Amino acid sequence: MNQLKRVMGIIWMILAPVVIYFLVMGAFHNINSAGTKDINKPVPWIIIIAIFTPIAVGLMIFGYYSLKGEYDKLPESSGEL
Amino acid sequence: MQAASSKGIGKIIFSSSLGTLIEWYDFYIFGMLAKTISAEFFPEGNDTAALLSTLAIFAAGFLVRPFGALVFGRLGDMIGRKSTFLLTLVLMGGSTFLIGLVPGYRSIGIAAPLLVLLLRLLQGLALGGEYGGAATYVAEHSPENKRGYYTSWIQTTATLGLFVALGVIMAVKSNMSDAAFNAEWGGWRYPFWISILLVGVSIYIRLKMKESPLYSKLKIEGKTSVNPLKESFGHKANFKMVLLALFGAVMGQGVVWYTGQFYAQSFLENTVKIEFMQNRQIMLWGIALATPFFLVFGALSDRIGRKWIMLTGMLLGVIFYRPIFNTMLKDADTKEWLKTQYKFIREDRKITMSGQDSILQMTTIYQTPDRSRFTRIITDTLKKNRDESQHIIQSNKNAVYINKVLNNATYTKFIFLVWIMIIFVTMAYAPIAAFLVELFPTKIRYTSMSLPYHIGNGVFGGLVPFIATLLSTSFVNDPLVGLWYPISVAALCFIIGALYLKNKKDKNIND
Repeated sequence: MNQLKRVMGIIWMILAPVVIYFLVMGAFHNINSAGTKDINKPVPWIIIIAIFTPIAVGLMIFGYYSLKGEYDKLPESSGEL
Repeated sequence: MQAASSKGIGKIIFSSSLGTLIEWYDFYIFGMLAKTISAEFFPEGNDTAALLSTLAIFAAGFLVRPFGALVFGRLGDMIGRKSTFLLTLVLMGGSTFLIGLVPGYRSIGIAAPLLVLLLRLLQGLALGGEYGGAATYVAEHSPENKRGYYTSWIQTTATLGLFVALGVIMAVKSNMSDAAFNAEWGGWRYPFWISILLVGVSIYIRLKMKESPLYSKLKIEGKTSVNPLKESFGHKANFKMVLLALFGAVMGQGVVWYTGQFYAQSFLENTVKIEFMQNRQIMLWGIALATPFFLVFGALSDRIGRKWIMLTGMLLGVIFYRPIFNTMLKDADTKEWLKTQYKFIREDRKITMSGQDSILQMTTIYQTPDRSRFTRIITDTLKKNRDESQHIIQSNKNAVYINKVLNNATYTKFIFLVWIMIIFVTMAYAPIAAFLVELFPTKIRYTSMSLPYHIGNGVFGGLVPFIATLLSTSFVNDPLVGLWYPISVAALCFIIGALYLKNKKDKNIND
């Protein structure tokens, strides 16, 4: 199980930039001054990309910790934190 | 630590839950009245107002809620749970009441949307601080064998807040005409004004509460955190648990929550085109019948652990969302209804002039043999010297079918389908407060649990409608394509949770 957790860590690390790439491309394709929907406006995209970038970085860190075996054994109590 | 007596814990749960329920109510009424608020404060054709409207919708949920979690989480770990969640209640109640007092755009111009935006952001900030405080407060009074059950009362508040908001708006709306409801000082403001009464009662009750015993003990021993943000997110040992909570539990729970309650309502209204009141009745029944299950799954999590109940709720969502939404779409498909011997009920015609031509709108109500009703709207431009045959073809192509009223059998079936989705919500959501509380130490608990909770719910959950629109714009032939977002996030969360979380309950949270 621990081996699987570590291997999956690589996937989480790759997934994070992929999500950001798709968000940026989504913004690029959908922002349109002639459009009327929220997805056509730049402000929602700016907010979403701004908030999702640190989340994606968090997913990368999660993957990195996972790869390094930080989640092999979870703490038994808060005292171990 | 001595857990509170059963009578004492009852008061603690009631006073904590009531305030949290009111905060959810306050937050939801804005979203539910968005169309009216938009017309009143953010008129079309004004670019600045449109920008402020977008900010009010997106910034409040995505940016300010997590920010509020950090601000009030830090305060709650530094000065105490009681004072902090009292403050969030005052902030939420005050800003909600004031939204109801802001004059419309026609009276004070751009100041109106600016004020509403500011107050909406304050609402988001307050909400970000409330939940973590209430959940922590109740958990820190609970014995370890009932922590899941007692905190599940707090978990009912988000759904009950939605229920009360729906009920109040329906009650006000059903007692006046649309014009009276939508007027500048009309009925849409009543739900905002009612809030001040509810908040007043809740503040009175909360003022009588005592500080959490675990936090009081830490304070007496001088062990409270001096920098909860640094300890929560700057120390690897704790930060990795914050990440695990977010990606292994809360992000999946967030999308399941939003899909079962908000997206379902919006789908029934905008895609299936169910009539306004019947749509809300379906939601109200679904919510009312499913809410007790928060307590059932909260209590069950005390016996069998939190992990698999939460993950099962997510997995069921992944498996059943598409079949459930597809059934709704098919059972109210006008194409099928038009194949039956439907009968004419009533027709209204309205003609308005547009230059030399005139625009005719025909609104016709029909009833199917099994007593479902629908309204057909045909809008046509009556030009001079038009080709009559082309006109008829064009009219039928432009027909729009709305205001579907389901017959009793289908109506009951839809309530059942919504109920099922809210059962998934109760599974994923009921144990999460106890789960989060048990993950972090007392001195930084408020901060550490609030941020992942509000990112999971505010950001991942709140994005459901936006991403659904995005997907349905890109893949126009599949009306269910928007579901792939919550399905993917819930599936990812399920995999992470199943692999990395453990099912063990932390008996001792006094550390």
